[in-house]
Amino acid sequence: MNQTVTLADRKPVVLRPATRWSAFNLEEVLHYSDLLTMFALRDVKLRYRQTALGVIWVVFQPLLAAAIFLIIFNKVAQTPTDDISPFVFYYAGLMAYKSFENTVNKASMCMIGNAQLVAKVFFPRIILPVSTVLGSLLDFAVSAVVLAVLMLVFRVPPSPFLLLLPVWLLFLQLTALGLGFYFAALTVRYRDIQYALPVLVQFGLYATPVGFSVAFLLGKLPKALHFLVFLNPLTGLLDAFRWSVLGTPIYSWPIVIYGILASVALFVLGAMAFTQMEQSFADVI
Amino acid sequence: MSSNNGHVTASHGKSHPAISIRGLSKMYRLGGAAEPYRTVQESLLHRLRNPLEKAEFQQFWALRDISFDVEPGDVVGVIGRNGAGKSTLLKILSRITRPTQGEVILRGRVGSLLEVGTGFHPELTGRENIYLNGSILGMKRHEIERQFDSIVEFAEVEKFLDTPVKRYSSGMYVRLAFAVAAHLNPEILIVDEVLAVGDAQFQKKCLGKMGEVAQGGRTVLFVSHNMGAVATLTKHCAFLAKGQLVSFGPTEEVLRQYSQSGQAQNDLVYSAASSEEMPRVTRVEVITTSPDNVQICGRPMEVIVEVSTPEPIRGCRLSFQICNELEQPIVHLWLYDSDRPICREPGIYRFRCRIPHLHLYLGRYSLTVYLGEFFGGQQFEKIELICPFDVVIPDKQKEGGWFRGTCAYLEEGDWDVETLSPSQTVSPMAGKVISVL
Repeated sequence: MNQTVTLADRKPVVLRPATRWSAFNLEEVLHYSDLLTMFALRDVKLRYRQTALGVIWVVFQPLLAAAIFLIIFNKVAQTPTDDISPFVFYYAGLMAYKSFENTVNKASMCMIGNAQLVAKVFFPRIILPVSTVLGSLLDFAVSAVVLAVLMLVFRVPPSPFLLLLPVWLLFLQLTALGLGFYFAALTVRYRDIQYALPVLVQFGLYATPVGFSVAFLLGKLPKALHFLVFLNPLTGLLDAFRWSVLGTPIYSWPIVIYGILASVALFVLGAMAFTQMEQSFADVI
Repeated sequence: MSSNNGHVTASHGKSHPAISIRGLSKMYRLGGAAEPYRTVQESLLHRLRNPLEKAEFQQFWALRDISFDVEPGDVVGVIGRNGAGKSTLLKILSRITRPTQGEVILRGRVGSLLEVGTGFHPELTGRENIYLNGSILGMKRHEIERQFDSIVEFAEVEKFLDTPVKRYSSGMYVRLAFAVAAHLNPEILIVDEVLAVGDAQFQKKCLGKMGEVAQGGRTVLFVSHNMGAVATLTKHCAFLAKGQLVSFGPTEEVLRQYSQSGQAQNDLVYSAASSEEMPRVTRVEVITTSPDNVQICGRPMEVIVEVSTPEPIRGCRLSFQICNELEQPIVHLWLYDSDRPICREPGIYRFRCRIPHLHLYLGRYSLTVYLGEFFGGQQFEKIELICPFDVVIPDKQKEGGWFRGTCAYLEEGDWDVETLSPSQTVSPMAGKVISVL
């Protein structure tokens, strides 16, 4: 190593007691960008290496879920699917929700899953939850291929706004990360989050227009509870997702815009909460 | 690694210290109400039941007002007994945890190694783990690529690069882990106890690598229980006790203080109460040639150990080590039930071990006594560093006198000297026999 740089030239690192508010150190996170990639690659490799069927599961899980939705919502509850083949309608919604669910679950568990590292090595902790996004995106890519096949088979023409799909995916991931940051930090202190979270995420699946349209959900709920549907940032994002893939109508643009703003807000607030709480991770974990 | 990283700071003359520690304290909350609630319910319930209670907890100061500077290029040892605060200090310096008070200024890239192989994943191959572990320790991808061959060579794992490390032997695993860390190439290296792993040959290699790092002009902070390694590697030492800095200075001086502090707690004679449940060592005493545990080198010495046992001991094993100031064992003596039946009935026993000529060199020594069952069974006692005694050599027989640290042990030997050249007319004669003792 050619160390022409002298110690005095470099900005010294000052270590001080924890503070009420700690600034997010972007420079440092960028310095560790290689580690972000390594963590993401590790998780992806391990997942495919340790399961016998590997990528098959990624294809089968949403297909199976869509089949169950077909029975529950189409045959039993008979929800309308905007004149789109119900199976494709469910599959598209499930795949969007799954990408959100994957990130929330994995990001929330990443601190205790890597407790050994957190207690023994320094690196910007926020890298761990962020690194889970790559795995979710990879799963999403695989299920997108399956969706394309399904659309061909069921003769569903793609919407002209297909190019906007990555935008909705981005905001879904931001929402997921925002919640993931918060839960990850809380799990360090309270281990029961890991039992509560799957229940919440499962509930979200039915509280969000995945197996039905926004209009159908609002029609079934008393007016007093409508605000809950509007409050959920996923409502608008899922609606917009299906609009740009399958061409189904948007229920209301303001709800979509709210979804976008809320996802950004959740992400920023989550990151701030995480940065504040991470100061004591090593002492508690 | 090229070699022009020689003196990173030497040319700066009076430069800033590489590490400045100012009034550093760390407090942990402990015990009772302080126990953090592990679930949300517990936490909420506790709040509801005791709405007026202020959070109460016991404070434990792991570090208290520590201040010292480490100059660039210096190799500093951190020593202290268990619970002295060494690990906490390292955790703060390596940025894993924050101090409660005070501050630290680090000038230079820090690489810290608190444990060998943190972040290694058993399912990943050797190659993948080199990259993963390297990045965890703070290396950039291109740095790892450049050092890759050198890492593999150091670890001696060429053939198994694409095998998952779960199939590695423990030796290979440790070698690979240390190899990655050794190539971290930081300006400030913080190392904890990592040398306590691997076989003796590899330990030697690691020590060599550490020495090389130190020679390279980088700053090293080294925590170890291996006083021998501290003595050979470091120039300065910080001695911590109960969270406070007892002294900071040249290694030799601090080590002397350290060993005296340890032995000062112990009386010349060790004694302890017997127990109704367990076999116990109740008394240990050294009978030296002179009063106050002063022993003349080469003369007889006795060690007396009393054992009290409430029940028969199966395959009793009693032994003791004589350790030097660096706490390295120099002598081991033992009496096992297989040598001669001992402690086969409940009772109090006195063991007297007579050493006819104590050959230990000048210095201060202490005993570590072990009492246990048959091999693989229970160990009842391990009493460390008791009954300190000084070995002196009053004879003025050696030209130039006696110096500390020349050797550990004096052996008796007879010398023969023959003159082989230049003159062959002189018949070989026996040399003067010089007995060292």
